[in-house]
Amino acid sequence: MRRPRWLAAGVIPLTAALAITSCSSGDEGGGEEPGAGAGDPAKNESVEITVFGSEPSRPLVPGDTSETGGGKIVDALFTGLMDYDPVSGEAREAHAESFELTSPTEYTVKLKKGWTFHDGTEVKAHNYIDAWNYTAYSPNGQQHASFMTQIKGFADVHTPDPDGPDAPQQPATPKAKEMSGLVEVNDYEFKIQFTEPHAIFKVKTGYAAFMPMPDSFFADPETWKKTPVGNGAFKYVARVPDQELQIERFDEYEGADKPKIKKVKFVFTDADAAYAAVKGNQLDFMDTAPPQAIAGNVWETDLPGRAKAYPVMAVQTMSFPVYDPKYQNVDFRHAVSMAIDREAVTKTIFEGNREPLSGYGMDLVPGYEDGACGKWCEFNPDEAKKLFAKSGWTGPIQITSNADNGHKEWIEAVCGSIQETLGVECTFEPVPQFSQVRQAIEAREMDQLYRSGWLADYPLIENFLNPIYRTGGSSNDNGYSNPEVDAKLAAADKAETEEEAYQLYHEAEELIAEDMPAVPLWNTPSISCWSERLTNVRLTPKRELDLSYVEVK
Amino acid sequence: MTDPTTAAAGTAPDLGASAYVTAPEHQMSGPGKPRSLWSDAWRDLRRRPLFIIAGAVIVLLAIIAIFPSWFTSVDPNHKDLSHSRETPSGAAWFGYDLQGRDVYARVVYGARWTLLVGLSASVLTVLIGAFFGIIAGYFGRWIDGLISRIGEIFFGLPFVLGAIVILNLVRNAEIRGALPIVFAVVASIAVLSWPVAMRIMRSAAITAKQQDYVKAARALGASAPRIIFKHLLPNCLAPVLVYGTIALGAFIGAEATLSFLGIGLRDPAVSWGVMISDARNYVRVAPHMLLFPAGFLTATVLAFVMLGDAVREALDPKLR
Amino acid sequence: MGRYVLRRLLQLIPVFVGTTFLIYFLVWAVPGDPFTGMCGERPCPPQFVAAMTDKYNLDDNVVVQYLKYMGTLLTGDFGQTYAEQPIGDMIANAAPVSVRLAVIAVIIEAVIGVTAGILTGLRGRGFLDNLVLVSTLFLIAIPTFVTGFVIQIVLGFQLEILTPTVSTEAKWSELIIPGFVLGSLSMAYVSRLTRASISENRRADFMRTALAKGQPKSRIVGVHLLRNSAIPVITFLGTDIGNLMGGAIVTEGIFGIHGIGKLIFDGINDKQGAIVTGVVVLLVLVFLLVNLIIDLMYAVLDPRIRYD
Repeated sequence: MRRPRWLAAGVIPLTAALAITSCSSGDEGGGEEPGAGAGDPAKNESVEITVFGSEPSRPLVPGDTSETGGGKIVDALFTGLMDYDPVSGEAREAHAESFELTSPTEYTVKLKKGWTFHDGTEVKAHNYIDAWNYTAYSPNGQQHASFMTQIKGFADVHTPDPDGPDAPQQPATPKAKEMSGLVEVNDYEFKIQFTEPHAIFKVKTGYAAFMPMPDSFFADPETWKKTPVGNGAFKYVARVPDQELQIERFDEYEGADKPKIKKVKFVFTDADAAYAAVKGNQLDFMDTAPPQAIAGNVWETDLPGRAKAYPVMAVQTMSFPVYDPKYQNVDFRHAVSMAIDREAVTKTIFEGNREPLSGYGMDLVPGYEDGACGKWCEFNPDEAKKLFAKSGWTGPIQITSNADNGHKEWIEAVCGSIQETLGVECTFEPVPQFSQVRQAIEAREMDQLYRSGWLADYPLIENFLNPIYRTGGSSNDNGYSNPEVDAKLAAADKAETEEEAYQLYHEAEELIAEDMPAVPLWNTPSISCWSERLTNVRLTPKRELDLSYVEVK
Repeated sequence: MTDPTTAAAGTAPDLGASAYVTAPEHQMSGPGKPRSLWSDAWRDLRRRPLFIIAGAVIVLLAIIAIFPSWFTSVDPNHKDLSHSRETPSGAAWFGYDLQGRDVYARVVYGARWTLLVGLSASVLTVLIGAFFGIIAGYFGRWIDGLISRIGEIFFGLPFVLGAIVILNLVRNAEIRGALPIVFAVVASIAVLSWPVAMRIMRSAAITAKQQDYVKAARALGASAPRIIFKHLLPNCLAPVLVYGTIALGAFIGAEATLSFLGIGLRDPAVSWGVMISDARNYVRVAPHMLLFPAGFLTATVLAFVMLGDAVREALDPKLR
Repeated sequence: MGRYVLRRLLQLIPVFVGTTFLIYFLVWAVPGDPFTGMCGERPCPPQFVAAMTDKYNLDDNVVVQYLKYMGTLLTGDFGQTYAEQPIGDMIANAAPVSVRLAVIAVIIEAVIGVTAGILTGLRGRGFLDNLVLVSTLFLIAIPTFVTGFVIQIVLGFQLEILTPTVSTEAKWSELIIPGFVLGSLSMAYVSRLTRASISENRRADFMRTALAKGQPKSRIVGVHLLRNSAIPVITFLGTDIGNLMGGAIVTEGIFGIHGIGKLIFDGINDKQGAIVTGVVVLLVLVFLLVNLIIDLMYAVLDPRIRYD
């Protein structure tokens, strides 16, 4: 019943620059925002607010936490070199005093003094270096190891498994335990060297993969895992496995984002139950209302003044496994895309809470312009029929996904639209486990269309394209490869000005749409809801409650 | 959220076996009747209005199930989002569902799969359970011990777990089409519920075995199969029948739960259970999506329970 | 009798081993690699998958895995989840909640089910009988995930006479409505069972004898009829406790109850054999003991049945 992990792409979006500015413009004006208003300082101290969550799937080691359940807790417990503005999503210095490029392949970081871990020890340069080395060292099997790829010496600490994870052969032990690119200058200064220029690295260091770890962790990881010690605005108090986890404000916290509330409890429960609990004021905050609340837009009447739709930097798509010969006909792929009446589906199934997309990114990232997909993403039954006839496709079209979380409804509707337009049988093939879909995808054994989606890591259109559509991209799951697209993306990455880069990315997008390896569908805003006693509620670009801003009234 | 409990609960109830057997009158129903029990029962049944009504409903359902096109000309899988969740009207008697499909047509076409799943699951469960139950009850000793213990092992299985594994076997066998899925759903239900029927039958058999007519038959040298079929079975059938008819409803609910989890029936096969599970999130805004299939399901189960009651009463000489 | 009990207790061992192995095997057979789905839409690094697979012995043969699991279990250690949380603690936290919920459900189904059964059984066919029949069948026919949801909406959202979900403490009073939902299916069985039993016993010889002896009607119904008819019902309720504890997955989900049904379901979803087996171990023990007691009760309640 742990929906959220399946729902959220599992990757925590780093930032969503315009995401929040565009939706909460009334925020600063005061009073317009439904949740705005002064809190009661006494209650901030005494009341424990409860936040919907899900059981973290791994111990709360930041370098090993990639799903949203553990992610929101890790974010509260840790603060890294950079963090992201809860409103604009822009990266800003947090623990870093300065973070400068000292050569095209080297960053120098100076730390602010006096920041401590929750156990009282000071956060120094070696805490970062040790933590990053630990994450990168392949025998530690950390989920975020790949975030260190660009750091010099990564290949020495991270050896690939020669024959895949399921086979008996163990990967070789790396020849080094530390990356040569991380150089400690003194307690408050260190250098990060890369094999190739990687200026964007600075923006990434607000992500969980780059948090510092206290010495106590390296001395005794098992004890640390029982009582995690971080350096963030909140410290760990206690947890009941599969039920709840409590944190408390860390009063010695030096960061600018000091919370006003004292106690927070994450409650791990079913999404429908959580929604009912928010309605009954038993739970204080839920980031994403479940499908039952979207039906007929009942959330608007259930929770007057305490629910709001926040855009999220995420897109919903549907991918073709292009490595399967069946799906290699581009006319067929275009026909499917043009056979989907996105307007009708978003209006009826999502009650207008989602908007059709005509491109592979979404307009919350700077410089993004919708429409790269052009006519290929427009509902055009006649053209779709022609292309479909030309493609010579035979047999039914099948779309697969896990069925829960409201996926069944929209996939059936999409199928209905395809079937109606193309006159070919289209069925939804549900599977009970999300991991089943993942496994088929990763083994390149998928033989049906599958639900896909992307939650951006940071607010750049680059992040919607490079990982997914570039040959060999880290999340290029369907084997799509087009040298022209690769060249265009490479050119965009190296562009001199932002405008030029945006233009090149847009052109790359157009090229991708010509190939249609995945069908863009719509954006996926989150409807957040909260109890009557909260005020100053807002959702950060990470799809988390802004704990530094929220208050109790 | 999701799930399974219905199912778990559906398979759960052990109809405490001894249920119908405590009645000591079995003791009295001695041998010496001129007509066979069955012809007697039939003669009796034909005069019962309850049986006639229930029978008529079931026959009607059977006709709907076999010839759905006699009752509607609408394609139950035709989707039209422009009609999404429209309430009942002249054009669509039961309204439209979320995907804009005609609820009436779906109810009509759903009868086939619903009855198929419910009936076969009940029959299979009762057959397996009754067979092992009567053997365990009659022979006792180590046979009873073995069968009971195996039953307990199956009883400990969480329904969802067993169903996921069994249904995935079918999926992995790359068999497409509705029938294999129906078969797998039925098999999962039967595999996980037969111990209930087994326990009911077993305790009935244990009690019946002590009756004088069985002892007499044994003393006269009747063979074990003869005693089981001629004497035990008719006297033990009633409680299992009652269980079977009620379980029919629970099994259809279990099938809905499986569909809810993404492992049950799916398009183009329509079942009332699937319709009910589809309606769940829309109960507040489109209750007709729930009420019609649920109403039909209730009526169907009611008909079978009444039929079971009538048969049981007809079979029990004391109740005539 | 003593020897019978001893023999039955010894038989618990193979059943215990059989059940735990079957469960472990089934969880193992659930498709999907537990670690590939852990990183969302992004592939997990192979090194991570390899390290986890190794750590949780998942590259062993399933029998070896099971033996390793049982080895630690026999030392009283339920093992750890993939999040490295102690499973023993999780069960210890969840079990009392589930016991409370199951007890409430059993009480509700006993009180309502038996009352309805007695009333209809005594009166025979009529309006009341049909009303009870139709309403209980309605409960049977509609899956719990719908009934629970509707009750929550009507009582919690619209009438606002109760809090829609249960707090983490899961107090007795909070569990009444979930208990009702959970017990509703069995309630229908209980009422049918009681009704059948009563209407059958009503014509029994001992009733005639009691009548002939001129005993007052209240005594006849209260002592002779009810006592004799209650036996199967009590038997059923006893067995049901175990089922209600483990089978409350839907109910627990709807009302946000942290019980063992949720544990089982989460365990299946994440393919964590240790959680599912650990929980089922307890359920099986409860279930086996209850079954044994029931079998013994047959002999105690009906002197004609002998165990030797």
